[in-house]
Amino acid sequence: MMGWLRRWRKAETGGADAPIVMDGMRKSGGGRTKNRIVMTMSIFFGVYAVMAGRLVYYGTHQPEDNGPPAGRPTAARPDIVDRNGEVLATDIKTASLYAEPRRIVDIDEAIDKLATVLPDIDYEQTYNRLNSKAGFVWLRRQLTPKQEADILALGIPGIGFRSEKRRFYPAGSTVAHIVGLVNVDNKGIAGMEKWVDDQGLAVLQQTGLATARDLKPVRLSIDLRIQHIVHDEIVQAMQRYRAIAAGGVVLNAKTGEILGMASVPDFDPNNPYNANEKDRLNRMSGGVYEMGSTFKTFTTAMALDSGRVKITDHFDASHPIHYGGFTIHDYHAKGRSLSVPEIFIYSSNIGTAKEAEKISIPEHQAFLTRLGLLTKMPLELPEVATPMQPAVWKPLNQMTIAFGHGVATTPLQTAVAGAAVMDGGIYIPPTLLPRTEEQARPLERRVLRAQTSAEMRYLLRLNVEKGSGRQAAVPGFFVGGKTGTADKVVNGRYAHDKNFDAFLAGFPIDDPQYIVLVILDEPKPYGGWPATAGANCAPTAGAIIRRSAPLLGVEPEFGHDSQALLVSYH
Amino acid sequence: MVSRLDRGPVGNWWWTIDRWYLAAFLSLMLLGIVLSFAASPAVAMRIGLDPYHFVIRQIVFMAPALVAMIGVSFLDERQIRRLAIVTLAVSLVLMIVALYFGVEVKGARRWIDLAGISIQPSEFMKPAFVIVCAWLFAERARQPDIPGNFLAMLLLGLTVALLVAQPDLGQTMLLVGTWGVMFFMAGLSWVWIVALGASAIGGLGAAYEVFPHVAKRIDKFMTGEGDTFQVDTAREALMRGGWFGQGPGEGVIKRILPDSHTDFVFAVAGEEFGLILCFIILLLFAFVVLRGLRDSLNEQDNFNRYAIAGLVTQFGLQSIINMGVNLQLLPAKGMTLPFISYGGSSLIAMAVAMGMVLALTRRRPAKRSHIIFSPRAAGPLPAE
Repeated sequence: MMGWLRRWRKAETGGADAPIVMDGMRKSGGGRTKNRIVMTMSIFFGVYAVMAGRLVYYGTHQPEDNGPPAGRPTAARPDIVDRNGEVLATDIKTASLYAEPRRIVDIDEAIDKLATVLPDIDYEQTYNRLNSKAGFVWLRRQLTPKQEADILALGIPGIGFRSEKRRFYPAGSTVAHIVGLVNVDNKGIAGMEKWVDDQGLAVLQQTGLATARDLKPVRLSIDLRIQHIVHDEIVQAMQRYRAIAAGGVVLNAKTGEILGMASVPDFDPNNPYNANEKDRLNRMSGGVYEMGSTFKTFTTAMALDSGRVKITDHFDASHPIHYGGFTIHDYHAKGRSLSVPEIFIYSSNIGTAKEAEKISIPEHQAFLTRLGLLTKMPLELPEVATPMQPAVWKPLNQMTIAFGHGVATTPLQTAVAGAAVMDGGIYIPPTLLPRTEEQARPLERRVLRAQTSAEMRYLLRLNVEKGSGRQAAVPGFFVGGKTGTADKVVNGRYAHDKNFDAFLAGFPIDDPQYIVLVILDEPKPYGGWPATAGANCAPTAGAIIRRSAPLLGVEPEFGHDSQALLVSYH
Repeated sequence: MVSRLDRGPVGNWWWTIDRWYLAAFLSLMLLGIVLSFAASPAVAMRIGLDPYHFVIRQIVFMAPALVAMIGVSFLDERQIRRLAIVTLAVSLVLMIVALYFGVEVKGARRWIDLAGISIQPSEFMKPAFVIVCAWLFAERARQPDIPGNFLAMLLLGLTVALLVAQPDLGQTMLLVGTWGVMFFMAGLSWVWIVALGASAIGGLGAAYEVFPHVAKRIDKFMTGEGDTFQVDTAREALMRGGWFGQGPGEGVIKRILPDSHTDFVFAVAGEEFGLILCFIILLLFAFVVLRGLRDSLNEQDNFNRYAIAGLVTQFGLQSIINMGVNLQLLPAKGMTLPFISYGGSSLIAMAVAMGMVLALTRRRPAKRSHIIFSPRAAGPLPAE
């Protein structure tokens, strides 16, 4: 009865929405249950809403750069071109292989597969790299396109390629020392490449402003054709005369531009594994040498310029000079009094020392400083050596310096000073960037009287016509120059069998447009000739002039040194 | 189509079944197949199987699952109770057998081989446990002198002991959570709630102390330090996918995602098909859970109420744990995503559980007229 009543009343009141007051426990249970279900629903709803929010968060946030993480992006670099626009250095795109070790599924398999394309891969090292927890490791930088395609075809998960810029040097070793090198991150580390960075490119790259497109090529003063001739000739000379090193430079006497400069042994900038070897430095600007008799050019010019010595003066060179236990003597001793031109063309140490004695030591120092021979020469290249001189100049030092011993300069410095002596006594600092005569004018500095320069040109021409530089003569181009054969210092003593030879030339000597300097380090006798500069450097310089003068637009003139020929025509 | 006039079992079924649930479950099953193509070949290849090994098995398991779900949905509540009691008894026995004779996988004895098919009895135990507990709570509500709550607690203790022995902490948490929610609904007083909550926290604390890997995972989640490879990778996959995904087969991160076909299938879905699909999956789960709880709310019968609520709670908790781990909202814990993750036992057991939901939510006059048609109305009434 009670049960029936209960059922009936519940049915009457319509069930769920109005729990019936019947059984205290059931009532409270039902109501409470409903509340609790509603609470559970809200909690579930809340949790699902949080998860939906998380999905929205993921959808609106870019993934942190999880891909090939950083790895320094390789910077774009400007091309380097020669004065005619020939490319000396340019960026090419290469692919570099990296791995994300935590994404590698099977290390052994990955390495086995890679080894089919890169057989020289170091198994153990690679395994350790891939087994690390690192997010990013380089496996191989700068692959060839074929290697890239082959590795891609292997389909190894967890590895990838980054496009990198790689420096390519079309001219190879020809311009190696001038253009220089970049490291694997495309930062300039030598030569003009470093100079480019030092000019603010590094800053641009860091700020991300240096993009390949807006970088203008850097134009050099170098003429690739002349550069090639110089390089080719000194390579040949080094082989022919079995020298340990050789170098050459062609300098525009009117502007100070370096048109070609090479030093061998050198390196291949596209594969510079040996570029850091000691004997591969750029000897022309980065090596210092006692230039020997070549220096007599400057001593003679100084003496003449002072007015205390005239070109017609004579000096007694019949006896060696004894001074403080040292003896200065001549190689080609004539045993008589010599005129200034004779001293020059016979390369008399005694005579030159005596000329220098007319000048006080401070004046001598000041003169060499004016010619830029005692201080570090400013040049774009980072590889420039500082000249060496005695801490204190004593009279003996002055005498030896007069004929090129005691002061060590870079060959390039010597060539630049030679240009000043030959080109009207005007000193123009050298440069590897294009420069016109107008641009050079503000930089010009008079170091000699024009008259002295004219006298020096006469002496230099005389030396090629009659003296030690005869082998440098090139018909039509009127070469003038001075040889230098210096004994090298070995273990603190001058060794007579180890020479440093140089030939400093200008052409056409009546109004020099170009200066050529050739050096040979420790050449050996060749073809019956001794290992003196007249026998090796002079013909090499001559060859350089013979090949490059037409390219340089120097007009040959046969009126000066072809008298005999002209006579026969008449 | 089935005629309205057809009063046979099929016609009856078709016109009384809740087609929204059916659609949701079938969608999830379909998604499970689609996503297995994305998620499992990489795993299969990694462990040296045929790339489509898991895909094929997923599809093969789909058939019995579908049959089980539809079949169970034909049952009435009495039959379901019987099925649950039998299943619970059998699966508890099998769990004990598994402890002694089971196949050890990754240090846990959860599996037994029956006629060449390996079965995880604990999966089948779960829905059965829910039904039996619902019955016990309902009986207790009907007849306070029946120690339903006590028996339910006893049952919980037994199953938890078996699960911990395996060990299977994920299932333990899931089971305790489901049980707790059901008990909570059944009118547990707040004193008890606080007490049980405290002991649950104590249990977690014990797990933290006893199982070093649990401690490590919780530390990792709290500090963000240590080896967070899985969850980091899952996040990467989801973020990489973006709204629209990388496209089918275009997933890359899935290849290195461990358990991409089971615990991290959600992240794979995100990477290949985008966050939109993740949303759809999330909505499907939320829909089933909230609709189930709503039905439970409107239910007159306590057993039905607790059973539906318990089954969808278990379904919901499982989905929340799985997706929460994928979304880095919870510490890493292996938990399958219902219907979607690969796993035969899990799939079929889930199908049975949802078949029960379908059965219990069928429209029937009894629901509206509890007094007249409820079979239990004929039972003895409590003394008044």
